[in-house]
Amino acid sequence: MSYTIKVNGTDHSVDVAGDTPLLWVLRDTLDLKGAKFGCGMGLCGCCTVHINGIATRSCITPISAVGAAQVTTIEGVGATDTGKRVQDAWLKVDVIQCGYCQAGQIMSATALLNANHKPTDQDIDDAMTGNLCRCGTYKRIRAAIKQAAGLPMTDSREV
Amino acid sequence: MSTTQSSSHPEAVSRRAFLTVSAAAGGGMLLALSLPERADAALTARSSNSVEQPQHDTAINAYVTIGADNTITITSKVPEIGQGIKTALPMIIAEEMDADWNTVRIVQAPIDPKLYGLQFAGGSFATPMNWEPLRRAGAAARAMLITAAALTWRVPEADITASGGKVIAKDGRSLTYGQLAAKAAKVIPPDMKSLVLKTSANYSIVGRSIGGVDSPKIVVGEPLFGIDVKVPGMRYAVFLKCPVFGGKVVSANVDQVKALPGILNVFVINPEAPTGLPDGMAMGMMNGVAIVASSWWQANKALETLKVVWDEGPVAHQSSTAFAAKAQELSTQTPQKVIRSDGDPKGALAGAAKVVEAAYSYPFVAHSPLEPMNSTASFADGKLEIWSPTQNPGAGKTLIAKTLGIPEDAVTVHVTRSGGGFGRRLSSEFMVEAAMISKLQGEPVQVLSNRNQDLQHEFYRPGGFHYLKAGIDAQGQLIAFTDHYICYANGPRASNSADMGATEFPAKYVKNLEFATSTQQLGVPTGPMRAPGSNAHAFVFQSFIDEVAHAAGKDPLQYLIDLYAEERAAPPPPPPPSKGPPRGGGGGFGNLGPPFSGKRAQGVLEMVRENSGWGKRQLPAGTGMGVAFYYSHLGYFAEVVQASVSPSDGAVKAEKVWIVGDVGSTIINPTGAHNQCEGAAIDGISQALGQKITVERGRVAQTFPEYPLLRMYQAPEVEVVFKPTPFAPTGLGEPALPPVIPALCNAIFAATGKRVRHLPIDPQLLKT
Repeated sequence: MSYTIKVNGTDHSVDVAGDTPLLWVLRDTLDLKGAKFGCGMGLCGCCTVHINGIATRSCITPISAVGAAQVTTIEGVGATDTGKRVQDAWLKVDVIQCGYCQAGQIMSATALLNANHKPTDQDIDDAMTGNLCRCGTYKRIRAAIKQAAGLPMTDSREV
Repeated sequence: MSTTQSSSHPEAVSRRAFLTVSAAAGGGMLLALSLPERADAALTARSSNSVEQPQHDTAINAYVTIGADNTITITSKVPEIGQGIKTALPMIIAEEMDADWNTVRIVQAPIDPKLYGLQFAGGSFATPMNWEPLRRAGAAARAMLITAAALTWRVPEADITASGGKVIAKDGRSLTYGQLAAKAAKVIPPDMKSLVLKTSANYSIVGRSIGGVDSPKIVVGEPLFGIDVKVPGMRYAVFLKCPVFGGKVVSANVDQVKALPGILNVFVINPEAPTGLPDGMAMGMMNGVAIVASSWWQANKALETLKVVWDEGPVAHQSSTAFAAKAQELSTQTPQKVIRSDGDPKGALAGAAKVVEAAYSYPFVAHSPLEPMNSTASFADGKLEIWSPTQNPGAGKTLIAKTLGIPEDAVTVHVTRSGGGFGRRLSSEFMVEAAMISKLQGEPVQVLSNRNQDLQHEFYRPGGFHYLKAGIDAQGQLIAFTDHYICYANGPRASNSADMGATEFPAKYVKNLEFATSTQQLGVPTGPMRAPGSNAHAFVFQSFIDEVAHAAGKDPLQYLIDLYAEERAAPPPPPPPSKGPPRGGGGGFGNLGPPFSGKRAQGVLEMVRENSGWGKRQLPAGTGMGVAFYYSHLGYFAEVVQASVSPSDGAVKAEKVWIVGDVGSTIINPTGAHNQCEGAAIDGISQALGQKITVERGRVAQTFPEYPLLRMYQAPEVEVVFKPTPFAPTGLGEPALPPVIPALCNAIFAATGKRVRHLPIDPQLLKT
């Protein structure tokens, strides 16, 4: 079946079955490899993209449900002010170990900061809990979100 | 070779010498090599005082290529799996060659043992193995550039220095590395042994925090990982293996699956001899069914339709429940083997003022890196090309050649970035499967596991059971210690990574000690996971020593310091050969590092006492601090965890971790080093809080949702400090992990008075 989806501002027509997850359309049909396959169950967040600005797990979002919505991926999010700030903060803090989950982390963090300019530690926990990092870079993800938000980078949960 | 020859055939000699130097630099066999003497006469004969303008990139040695535009390309020889090695190793070379880091570009080295020696990511080996050789590779490049400048200017080399990618003469003249590269490449390489290396006071790159070299590409989503590989004409496949390890396909509804949309082929693969099962490291081509499709989604979806009748084989009866019962039974019997005996442990226990006795156990654990196992292979004309996120490309190459029946030199392995490793990618079955399926399909194929396949067809960190006794005298001194370890085995040998060394702490530090083992048979593949052996034994021994300290009425941190004060077992017996690296309080680490030092152990313990405010902090009820020390992979790590336990539901919260590590004189890349330790702490806490693989009817019982990895809200603050000591630097991928688990469990005891003796931690047992 043919679908037209808008990804990073550009319309793409794709011919796939309606139950095909958006993730696989992005990766294998449109050759946008930034969103990652981690679990296929919506549990790890590696596949996170924005659909109309909302952080969404593309691995469990069928193409048939996307409609005319704006899809933004890690390849396109740097064109936004918040997305660029988050990417820069990720580099400044040197968050990354293996990097496999980090596209998803950046997409979730950007969605958080778009909705909440000055998140608390609790807000960060709530927004980021769906994104696993197997390397355990959570401390740096927290710091980078604060860096991008212009907040002090101390952990208010400090004991 | 002689200088006469080099004079008549300068180019040929130069090439041969280049290869020799490269092998020396990569192979860790420096001392065995005899390199040509400096052949100044020969060089002068073909030198000139003009600088050739290089038109293209020039290789100085296997690690360094210099471009006409002064770009310095440094190869990174070891796979990058998140351990930061692709940044750290090139920093060492760049430092010694006085490069300008801003002009350095890093590329992944090809797999070529002749040029680079061993190329794998494991054992925290990369730093200790490569520190010295790579310093010399960099220094050799610098020396050759200086020689080239000396020949150009006709001034003595002693009057030339190098800095920031330039050589500078005493008189102020300077040339860039780019200008000198072509000439430098023709210089006969210097004697590697007599190269003068920089001292740390002169470092400008090593010791500086440098962000991951691939990170700018990762944050914009560039395709770097194995799963991102796309080859023209590529197909996608999944490979279904028998849920019971070692099972075989009897029949499958191949035609029904083939009729599904997008499905190109279905192959039943029944190799005559599956390679190496059940040793995780040697897993090769197993029995199963491959589905090849136009898209991975279609291939994976077809698994819902695929029905296979399996011959589940001889281990389909095995279960974790039966393993535990068997361990209990074996624990009451005389151990099958004594691996260490010092003094008179039985007599000392009988005469002890107090005896502490406990049984500990830990489960199988899966590595679960987030990038599922995959490889992309292309078989054509008897040759196989493969792109793979592997930690162990050399082993993969060998196994592919063996499986396909082609020579090793017909296999080309491209190492991609790996989405996490933790040891999982030391095995090669995910490479062999792609190679085989591409051969059957006759087209390039990417084979990718789905997440549950990935979890249920791993090789696992082996579980184990320990039955311990300790005797203390009236003063609280530890005078006797015994352990009966019930270990998994495959045939006569301990399962991969299940063995225990005779140097496990407190061996040597207690006068009367016995380590003994008994085995039970296992059909599940096991193998190394981050800090293999240590990640389990640290929990057992460092928790039990904490029990002993409490029984003795002593402060647990001081008790460890006192234990490490002197070796008490005399004379030390020669340790039996062990496959694994020493750990606990063991010996050396091959010839890679100095022998274990109790003083270094005490040093990090004292520092973590200070940093964590041990014994000085007022903690709320239900909150406690625990300490543990562990030595593995040449690294000394003392860690304190502060944890709280909810009285109502027993939920454990790790609040903060203080880490003090001693990995020698130099922290090559501090930001990366800290990141490794922070991650290791999270990894260990994640294991302790929830990770367990159980075996039922010969298969793994858990699916991914039942295998919890630590999430943001559960992650503690982690504070890392390195204590410099005058030893060569050692690796950081692993040694920070083992002590965090017992430190957490000891903190839980401090908070609740309840002892965690079985992993993962069961909150039900911690409720008040």
